[in-house]
Parts: sequence; C-alpha cells; structure tokens
Amino acid sequence: MTPASVVSDPAWEVVIGIETHAQLSTVSKIFSGASTAFGAPPNTQASAVDIALPGVLPVLNKGAVERAIRFGLDVGGTINARSVFARKNYFYPDLPKGYQISQYEIPVVAGGGVDIVSPTRGPLRVRLTRAHLEEDAGKSLHEDYRGMSGIDLNRAGMPLLEIVSEPELRSADEAVVYAKALHEKVRWIDICDGNMQEGSFRCDANVSVRRVGDSKLGTRCEIKNLNSFRFMQQAIAFEVRRQVALIEDGGSVVQETRLYDSDRDETRPMRSKEDAQDYRYFPDPDLPPLAIDAAWIERVRASMPERQELRKLRFSATSPEHLIELVKGGTGVDLSDVSHQLFEESNPALQASLRKPVYALPIGEATALTQSRELADYFEATVEHGAEPKAAARWLLGEVAAALNRSNAEIEDAPVTFVALAKLLVRVAEGAISGKIAKDVFDAMWSGEATGDDAADRIIAARGLKQISDEGAIALLVDDVIAANPSIVAEFRAGKEKAFNALVGKAMAASKGQANPAQLNALLRRRLGG
Amino acid sequence: MKLTLDDVRRIAHLARIEIDAQAASEVHAKLETIFAMIDALQAVDTTGVEPMSHAQDVVLALREDRVTETDRRDAFQRGAPAVEDGLYLVPRVVE
Amino acid sequence: MSDDTVAGLASRLAKRELSAVELARDTLGRIARLDPRLNAFVTVDAEGALAQARAADEAIAHKRAGPLAGVPIAHKDVLMTEGLRTTCGSRMLESFIAPYDAHVVAGLKRAGTVLVGKTNMDEFAMGSSNETSHFGPVRNPWNLDYVPGGSSGGSAAAVAARLVPGATGTDTGGSIRQPASLSGICGFKPTYGVSSRYGLIAFASSLDTPGAFARTALDCALLHNAMSGHDPRDATSLDRPHDDCTRLIHANAGAKPLDGLRIGLPHEYFGEGNDPEVAAAIDAALAQFRELGATTVDVSLPAVKLSVPVYYVIAPAEASSNLSRFDGVRYGHRAARFDDLDDLYRKTRAEGFGAEVKRRILVGTYVLSHGYYDAYYLKAQKVRRLIANDFTRAWRSCDVIMGPTAPSPAFRLGDKTDDPVQMYLNDIFTIASNLTGAPAISIPCGFTRGGLPIGLQIQGESFAEAAILNVAHRFQQATDWHARVPAMAGSETPLARKP
Repeated sequence: MTPASVVSDPAWEVVIGIETHAQLSTVSKIFSGASTAFGAPPNTQASAVDIALPGVLPVLNKGAVERAIRFGLDVGGTINARSVFARKNYFYPDLPKGYQISQYEIPVVAGGGVDIVSPTRGPLRVRLTRAHLEEDAGKSLHEDYRGMSGIDLNRAGMPLLEIVSEPELRSADEAVVYAKALHEKVRWIDICDGNMQEGSFRCDANVSVRRVGDSKLGTRCEIKNLNSFRFMQQAIAFEVRRQVALIEDGGSVVQETRLYDSDRDETRPMRSKEDAQDYRYFPDPDLPPLAIDAAWIERVRASMPERQELRKLRFSATSPEHLIELVKGGTGVDLSDVSHQLFEESNPALQASLRKPVYALPIGEATALTQSRELADYFEATVEHGAEPKAAARWLLGEVAAALNRSNAEIEDAPVTFVALAKLLVRVAEGAISGKIAKDVFDAMWSGEATGDDAADRIIAARGLKQISDEGAIALLVDDVIAANPSIVAEFRAGKEKAFNALVGKAMAASKGQANPAQLNALLRRRLGG
Repeated sequence: MKLTLDDVRRIAHLARIEIDAQAASEVHAKLETIFAMIDALQAVDTTGVEPMSHAQDVVLALREDRVTETDRRDAFQRGAPAVEDGLYLVPRVVE
Repeated sequence: MSDDTVAGLASRLAKRELSAVELARDTLGRIARLDPRLNAFVTVDAEGALAQARAADEAIAHKRAGPLAGVPIAHKDVLMTEGLRTTCGSRMLESFIAPYDAHVVAGLKRAGTVLVGKTNMDEFAMGSSNETSHFGPVRNPWNLDYVPGGSSGGSAAAVAARLVPGATGTDTGGSIRQPASLSGICGFKPTYGVSSRYGLIAFASSLDTPGAFARTALDCALLHNAMSGHDPRDATSLDRPHDDCTRLIHANAGAKPLDGLRIGLPHEYFGEGNDPEVAAAIDAALAQFRELGATTVDVSLPAVKLSVPVYYVIAPAEASSNLSRFDGVRYGHRAARFDDLDDLYRKTRAEGFGAEVKRRILVGTYVLSHGYYDAYYLKAQKVRRLIANDFTRAWRSCDVIMGPTAPSPAFRLGDKTDDPVQMYLNDIFTIASNLTGAPAISIPCGFTRGGLPIGLQIQGESFAEAAILNVAHRFQQATDWHARVPAMAGSETPLARKP
C-alpha cells in the first residue's frame, strides 16, 4: 500500500496536528548570557545557568519575547498581556535542572492561523492553538565512551518558540505544505534562521486515523523530531499506514511517542518515553509573570516587514484599487479574520503597501517571488534600476533561479548584482542585444567574466555582441544568402514557406546571431517577393 | 485523601529516590502524620481567592539580548564525577 | 556596649587600635579551641582569612577600606563562596567547591569583611534544630545538651559563642529567627527581594531570604546594608533605591524614643501552646516597650494558624523541583555502582540526601503530582493569599507586630527528631513573614530559670527594615539581654574586649 493510496482511502480520515519548535534567532540564550552560536566545542557555551550549578537563577531574554510578539502579530494571534513560566519536571541527562522552563497554562501567544493552499482541499487557514516560549535541552552523543553516553549542554537554554496547530490537517502532503508555509513565515519575519540541518526548525506530528463519519478522534501517536520535510511526509505516511493496518486487523492504536527511522522508513516507539509521564507542572517561583504592554506591541508592530501575503498580492495587483480588491478575498482564501483588522483599508500596514509600486504579475509568479524576503527585495530593486517588471520576474524565476540551482546558492549570494541584471535587461529592451544573446551575456556575468554594475556592457563590447540594426548591413547579408542558396530560394518560390525560415536561419548564422530579427525578416521577404 | 504505600513507591520513582520495602513503610508512616497536619487546609473556604505564587506582586524584569558569559568549562568540570572530551558521561542513553 | 560587636570592631579597626590580622588570628584561635564542643563550623579557612585580613589592614592604611574592613564573619554553608567548599550540610555536596560568589557574599567582601569559614546547617536548610546536617548536630552554647535551632544553627551558635561578631543565614520558614531566639542573639530576615538569592542554594525559591545574625540590631543593620541591593541576576530581586537601615538608629531620640509606636498583639500568638516562661518574658518585654513610649493594640490574624500546613505544601513542592539538579551528572555525589541511568539517579539521590530531605522531596512530589495539584498546591497558594490579607488588614491599626519567635525555648538534642510534625510546629510564628515576604527580627528578651534564651519577634510591613531594626535597637539600649555571654564562651576572653 503506497502512502498516497491510504491518504486518499475514502474509508479513512487522517487527523494531524503539528507542533513546531522554532529556535529564535537571538545572540544569547533564553535565560542566560551564553552565546547561541552553532558548532562550538562541547560545553564551551554552557554557562553556570545552563549547567544548573547550585544557586544560579534564570533571567529572561528580551529579544526572545520580542520575536514571540512578532510571530503573534503575523499570525493574528492574541498576545497575552500576562503570561506565566512554569516548570515541567522530569529526569533526563540532557535536562540539567531536572525541569524544563516552559509556558503551560498561559502562553505568550494564543490563537492565530496560517494560510495554506492544500493539494487536496485548496486554499484554507490552519488555525493555531498557541505559541509559547521555552528553553531547549542539551544533546546526548551516543558514540561509545566505554558503554557511556556523552552529554553536551551547549544547546541547553537555546530559545524556542513552540508553535502548536489545531488537529486540522488531513494528509501527510497537507501537513508538509503547512510546515513549509510556517517555515517561510518565521524566516520572513526574521525570528528564526530556519536551518533544519542544524535543528533550528523541528516538527513533531500528532497523527490519528478514524473511519469517515466517526465523530470521535482516534487514538493519536506523536512522531518526534522530524527535521526535514521529506522525512515528515514519509513518517506521517508510514504512521497512517501502520495505524490503518493495525485497526483493520482488529487491533487498536496505543497512545505513545514514536521516532522516525529514515533508513528503515518506519516509526518505532521511543524507549525513553515509555513510563507514563507526570510532569508536575507548576509556576516557576524564580520568574514572576511576563508582562507585555500595548506600547511594546505597537513598537514591535512598527518594526515588522510588509506582510508576506500582502506583498504577494501587491506584486500581482495592477493598481492600488486592484490591490484592495485582491486583499478583500481576491485570493480565494477567507482573509476576514487574519491578523485582526489587518486587511481593513484603514490598517496602517495596508496603507503602507498601497503607497508602494504594483507590478501586475500573474499570481503564480508573485507567489514564487515572495517565497523569501531576499528574493522579493532583489526583484523590486531590479525593477527600480530600470528593468521592466515582467522581464525581471521572468529572468529571476528562469535564468537566475536556474543559475542559483546549479551552484546551489541563495539569492543573497548571487554573483550578479540587481543593478547589473537591471542594466542587462535594459539593453534587451532597447534592442541593443537579442534575448538569446542576453542569456550568453548573463552566463558570462555569472561566471565572473566581468563583474560590477556595468558587467553587461563590458561583456557586450568585449565580445562585439551588439545587435546589427543597420539597414544597409542587413541588406548585404540578405543578398549574399539569396545568391549562395539558389535551390532553397527556388523551393520558397515554389510555395514552400519552410524554406523561408531556412534562409532566415542562414542569414542569422552569418551575422553570428547579431542581426535584428525583425528587420532581417522584413528585408528578406521584400527581396524574395521582389 | 489517603496516601497509600503505592503512592509512596510511585512518588519515589518520580523523584528518582531508591527506596526499599522497609524504608517505604517507615516513610509512609511519617508522611501520613505530615498529611494529617496538611489536610487542615481542605476545610478552608477559598472560593474566589487568587492563588499567591510570589512573595512580592511584581512583573518579570528582562535582560537585553547580549552575550555576557565566557567559556568556563574547565572550571565547571573540575569537580564533575565523569568527564571525557569535555562531555559529561552518563550510562547509555536510549531514545 | 561591649566592643566586640561588628560596629565596635569596625570603628577600632578603622582607628587602627586593632589590626585585622591580630583579630583574625584571635578569631581562628577561639574557633580552634571552642568549636570542637559546638560543631558550628563545617569549613574553616585560616589561610584565606589571614590573607583577607592583611588586605584589610592594607586598605585601612591606604584609606580605601570598606565600612566593615577587617571584621571577621562566617557564612552559612548554603551560600556559594568562590574557591571554598560549599556543602549545604549535605553528603550530596560534601566536596563541592563553589566556582562563584553569592551576591550577598560579594557584598560583604566589598565592605571589607574577613570570611573565616562556613557554618553548619540543617541539610539543604530543612530543619529547625540543626540535627539533619550530614556533618553532625550543632550544640547550643548556653547548654551543650540542647539544640541551637535551625536551619542556620551553625551561624547562630558561632555568634552566640562569640566565635564571630556576625554571620549570614537564610530564612525560609524561620531559619534565621528561630535559631537566633534559641541561641540568645539577633536574627534579621529582610523583605523578600531586597537581598538577592543569587548564589543561595535554593530550598523554596518563593520563600528563601538571605539575612544576618549578630548580637545587636545595629550590627544586623550594618551587615544588611552590605548584603542588600538590586541584583539583575535574580529576577525576583527588587529594583529600588538602596535603604540605609541605620538611619533611624542614628537619629536622635528622647527619653521616650518609641513615642507613638503602635505594637500589634495578635491573640493567635499568645495561646495555650506557649511555654509559660516564654509567655512571661514576652510580657515583660512588652512592658519595657510601653516604658519607651509605645502603645499596644489587639489585632487578629485568623488564618495564621494555617501557616504550617501551607508552608509544608509550598516549601516541599518547590524543593522537590529545586533539588532535581542533584543527579550525580555534573557535580556532587555520584553512586559508585549502578546498572543504568535510572539506577544512577536513584542510588545517587538515595545516598546523597538524608532522611528529612528525602521526606520533603517526596511530600513535594506528591502535592504536585497528577490529580493532587489542585487539592494541595493550588489550595495552599490560595490560603497563602488569605494569610497575606490578614496582615494587610492588621497593618491598618499597628506599625509592628510582636510576639514570641518560638513557642518554647531550646529543646534537648534528639527530643523531636522522631516526630517531624512536632519539629515543624517550632516555626508556627515565623513562617507567616516568609509567606507574605515581609521583614522580621528576633531579639533576646530573657532567659528561662534553666538559663536558656528566649526570643521576641518583631514583624514589620514589607520594606520596614529600618523601622523594625530601630525598634529593636531602642529596646537593646534599655536592656542588656543581648550582652549576656554563655559560660562556655565567657570562660575565654576575646582579645577584642581587652582595653
């Protein structure tokens, strides 16, 4: 049975909720002044607080709270004026205090939602239960120290925002789309670097299945530490297969925590979580309630970048009026309850967007260009420097994207500046070079044949690629071709239209591709029609 | 609420404190007298009373996001029971 | 006033009538001679003390000395002292060397004090008799068969026996005031949040308060001035302007220095449970206060009788979590033999903790565990609020509240070790100040026919440190209970006393 066949098995409904741990991009830890830099030697970034020496106390990092507020504003959640830190008590060697400081009864952010376009159900909003601040645990290294494990506490105390979705996802693929949207979002608002290899963005999936029509949810299993979208898809698909098979064979699902083994492509129970946990949560007496006042929220709101959805719509709008239309439900997603009144015309965020340029791009291109803020910025800068929006979009999603792929780099590391790209596209628009030649010039720019903002012009000059638009010069070309190919000319005169293209090709080749195609066509036809 | 011998074993496990049958029943006896004293609370009417978890009614003071700590691994590990390659050693951890 | 007090020594050292090194040598000599009978010290740092004393003499000579330069003190072994063993009275930390100084330790260092050693205490500050220490019980200088009180018993005995003029302690349910009362000295617990908990090995975080032992209220004020102040490393430390708690003591006053002071007397503090000799001594003290111009008013604190049950839910709950870090992985005791990780935890903690500590961890684990949280922990937090409300009401009609610090004088070693609840009831009058966070002091106010000290507790509203210290000071100006010297200490004359 393939995952797809189960997920779409009409008899079964899959219910998935995702818990995401986003590591916040602060320079110091959530409760200590130790560095959060990745890859330091073991325990060299574990301060007295992080290793829980006797007598030390936690002090909350303002930067972590600020990032939680940014998230709350972006997903349209409620930012609680007072939230409470609690202790989650359990023994594990990577948990130095014997408890994790987290938020339990009152989280910093409640509610909100993430808009996705489901592969099966189309545009919809995935509602969030909550997002709360907590500290990360250390790492157990299992390479053998004579039967012992090694504990590295550099990661202990890293700031995390745990983002909990409602159990509203209905397939592995849908879950992945949600996770990707969330991943784009935390990077867009600059609260997390999203680096999944380094574990900065990890997901746990709560998966259960029930027969279609059943009102009560099935027993769920939690799959921990899914650190790539592919593994997430595979793990959930496997878990769904496992649960359905189990129930169909008359068995029943046991609530448990499981780990995904990508080598075996299977999930298995986590031994360390076997005995039923009793975490004995209680408010941390070392930490009075966290207070967030309206003034602070407004300061953060003012520092937020243009919202991803809004920027996407602006890119595809044809005019400010059109943008307002799109915003009011033009995308098919019901935006009525997003981010409180974010989408009312009076909203300052929308007002700001209305003062910015629009580009009339197809929604598909607008979506692609707003996957990351860096790409969107690059696009707008290219246009600002004279490129025509449609051309800039086509080039960024075509040539540039391909080149980035080849050298698997991000737009930030592109060797061609947006000014240089803009100038290249201007030359094409002027007809100074053909689109085909522009591609060669671009490749030369990319490979560093010439650098700097004027790279295009210097390559065109150096290679003598400027288009031939001089009537006389083209006339000569045409006459030579006609003279040199009597048989083809005859075929054409006999009514073979194909033959005409053959002659154009030969003339173009003779000009090393530099002849202005329009002029060449016109002149050749005139001469033949003679 | 009656504290049973099983409760004693359960909480001893939660608290990771080894306790043999003999000790368990001795502790059980002592805890019973303690809870007999504590159970005086059950009679108190606390409807509508706000729980008090801090001695002073203050809100959390925050620190700026700055790195203030330097590497003190060697000093901190000097008294550690078992260390190798800068790691704290524990019996095999299973996930 | 005899001059072997903190204030007296500080001024003689400043005037260079006495050198810090001489004084340190004399102090170390007295400890060597007398402490074997008391067991007040867990660690004595002779070398370090002499080095600090030399530095103090230097500083005094160069006129850059702190206000307490050269004054010998001792720290309760619950406070982290960099480079010095810090055991918390437990096998768990028997050979643990602290890698940093507690905030209050650093403050007293800056003031120029000379640290001579770390004092014995009930294990992890859990006890009222200093009998739960891994390092053996401390004895009461007034009668070596009796307990000095706890948990800061070592500091109390050291000051009472004139081994040091002042010492630090911590007070979670009475652990400074009760031993001060049983040992015949002053024990001062400031407002929660005024002195940082950074470097105090946590017992019950919402109650733990560092404070001072000395023979006079003035000395307590001087030590408190050096210990207190905002500390950004403790999120519960209060950011308020520093308050010189000697200011009222140094203000001029007439024949009736406490004129207009309203002393609240809760009838709950004067019940059947009190030892008659204690009751008589408190009455006499109150008469003395009227002499000084104060008036007394009856107040009522109906919920205070619930202090003990509330405390024995909240304190163990917080302790059960605070003591989870002692797991044999990063520092402290680790079992020699174990089968696996869980076995390492279980054996390490079974061996490293004593019976009383284990009992309280179990009680705390139970009251927080699934299904019992609301009935115990949440309930206790609500009753804690009711107790706080009682005091808020009382403060409308009085300025300070007085009564016995403990219902009875010191008891014999071993008398209450088998009955935890009897032991806990010792703190019935002291716990409330920890639950509400308000300051309080215990001062000597008499002796039993058997020669055991009796203590009077003076409670104030939050931030009334200067006021209650002044009230205590005025009483000590008119009485000499605080000047009495236990025989075992009197038999030795401190060099500091010689003219």
